[in-house]
Amino acid sequence: MKYAGIDIGSRTIELVVLEGGRIIESRQADTGFDPITEAKKILAGVAYDGIMATGYGRNLFEIVFDDSKTVTEIKAHAKGVRAFFRDAGTILDIGGQDSKAIALNENGRVQKFEMNDRCAAGTGKFIEIMAKNLGFSIDEFGPAALEATKDLSINSMCTVFAESEVTSLIAKGADRKEIARGLHLSVVKRAIGMINRVSSNGPIVFSGGVAKNPCIRELIAQTLGRQILVHQNPQMIGALGAAMILEEEGT
Amino acid sequence: MNDEYVSMWKDLGLDLEAHDSLLSVLGNAYKDIFLTQKDRPEGMGYFDFVMSEVHGLRIKELMDEKLQGRKIIGSYCVFVPEEIALAANATLVGLCSGADFAMEEVERYLPRNTCALIKSSFGFKLGKVCPYLESADMIVGENTCDGKKKAYESLGSLVDNLYIMDLPQMKSDQGRDLLRNEYDRFKSAVEKLTGVAITADSLTEAVKTVNAKRSALHRLSMLRKADPSPISGLDALLANQVFFYDNPARFTESVNKICDELETRIAKKQGVTPEKTPRILLSGCPMAVPNWKLPWIIETSGAVIVGEESCVGERGVRNLTKDSGTTVDELMDAITDRYFKVDCAIFTPNEDRLDHIEDMTKIYKADGVIHYGLQFCHPYIMESIPVEKALEGKNIPCLRIETDYGMEDVGQVKTRVEAFIEQIKD
Repeated sequence: MKYAGIDIGSRTIELVVLEGGRIIESRQADTGFDPITEAKKILAGVAYDGIMATGYGRNLFEIVFDDSKTVTEIKAHAKGVRAFFRDAGTILDIGGQDSKAIALNENGRVQKFEMNDRCAAGTGKFIEIMAKNLGFSIDEFGPAALEATKDLSINSMCTVFAESEVTSLIAKGADRKEIARGLHLSVVKRAIGMINRVSSNGPIVFSGGVAKNPCIRELIAQTLGRQILVHQNPQMIGALGAAMILEEEGT
Repeated sequence: MNDEYVSMWKDLGLDLEAHDSLLSVLGNAYKDIFLTQKDRPEGMGYFDFVMSEVHGLRIKELMDEKLQGRKIIGSYCVFVPEEIALAANATLVGLCSGADFAMEEVERYLPRNTCALIKSSFGFKLGKVCPYLESADMIVGENTCDGKKKAYESLGSLVDNLYIMDLPQMKSDQGRDLLRNEYDRFKSAVEKLTGVAITADSLTEAVKTVNAKRSALHRLSMLRKADPSPISGLDALLANQVFFYDNPARFTESVNKICDELETRIAKKQGVTPEKTPRILLSGCPMAVPNWKLPWIIETSGAVIVGEESCVGERGVRNLTKDSGTTVDELMDAITDRYFKVDCAIFTPNEDRLDHIEDMTKIYKADGVIHYGLQFCHPYIMESIPVEKALEGKNIPCLRIETDYGMEDVGQVKTRVEAFIEQIKD
């Protein structure tokens, strides 16, 4: 039996197909402005016996695709993370439009979770917009921030206000890399607040697109003195978790 | 639309066009949220009717009462004693505060970061869409939180019949004295308004009427202990909401009737959801009509609400008033004692509330607590943190939701609620 998991996020869609507990297919695409059309594209030619959707587009998916099931990102991440990190107790997931911290009990069940409020502060979208403002590509942004030698403080959490703060810093002639580091720090502060509310010790498994950013990883590790673990493809965790849950249910 | 109602609304000074659009939004929301529920008790038909006539027949009844010389008192809070109003031949009604309306107008009077409930009460006034407010001969504003207290100063410039009731903030002897004095002052004001002197007999009768109404809701609450739950949380909340609008005797009768039906259902193990459906206790800020957002999200995410720790719910109706007093003075004492027990978050400290949340979790066999805080409602969102900590200490899962009347965050709130329900199920 082939079990598919699809994670429809605000920025990207991931698909994972499992057979006998092994990943036999794994795909990724941009969500664009029409998630269902993109989901149909990514599913083209993929064979599966059952599918479970997660991510913010899951309910839309369930309406369009008959016999599909849904699970929240929170449970999907809790499941997916344990496939690679058996003893994981804390998860930080920062995606395109939301971020969450999850504490697991010893059996890998969700014990407690926190999610960001309704705006994009502290999420991938914030990082993306700020990188663009400073003339960095997403891939350059984290490494550049790591090269800064000085901490520069950005006070605004709000994307809109932070943008004007950045503009005024540029006007004052501040170093671009230092501004970048300041922006990373502001995301990290928010993430740390959430982590501390759910769990206080042990390694943190970091997932979602923002986990690819080396500066965020390093700043969290430094500030909390906790180990950060990241899978080579941290954006796949949600889709994998959804597929695993479906396989366990044995649809 | 009934012509008689239209002329009545016109006479009350409502903005007919705005009022029509409010009624149509309300009607559609009601249809989508309530009438789509499966296996509802038949007795809910009464509440469906009340809601369909909430600005029609009920207002007509109030206008008829007024023609016969009865006075209408409008209130925004469960600290305003209905007993005193009834004893002086007045009718007490809850005023509208459960939906965003005329927000751009509201923000000329109130800061943006004011809680949705307060903003809503202004919106209904400024938008001229609340027939209860417009038909009231006296509007009682009570000094609960700072937001309401200061907002009433501005409301005073919009209405000419606002009466301010002070409230204590500590459960001390001095606090109780303050409440007793304020209730005496309120009693005099009501007597002056109606021209009717309150007697021991009229007060006893009023106490009995309100006790009967509360007892009926207690009976309804107790039936929700059953698994499967014989009634949805939305429908039970609706009964608690209608408590504030309806004729007291008719309300009591209708709730008791639905309770008879629920007893039959329980005997047959008939529920609105299957047995073992995750059971949620909702705790926190009051939910005035038509604020059904969070209960609707919870009950369309695979859980059933089994209790409301709320002013529109058990906090508001928990205690009865002792009716054995033989003098007005003794009865006023009994009324004060009864209301002084209300564990509103404006009190400090407010440990009773924590105990009540834990008790209710046990009584209704709730699997978890969802704490509902209105954004900018400092008393309740401040308490939500110690509440969560205390519940976690007892291994009771708790989810804190902070939201308002807007629909923009429905997706995110739904994700949290669904994840919480998954967490409880696992």
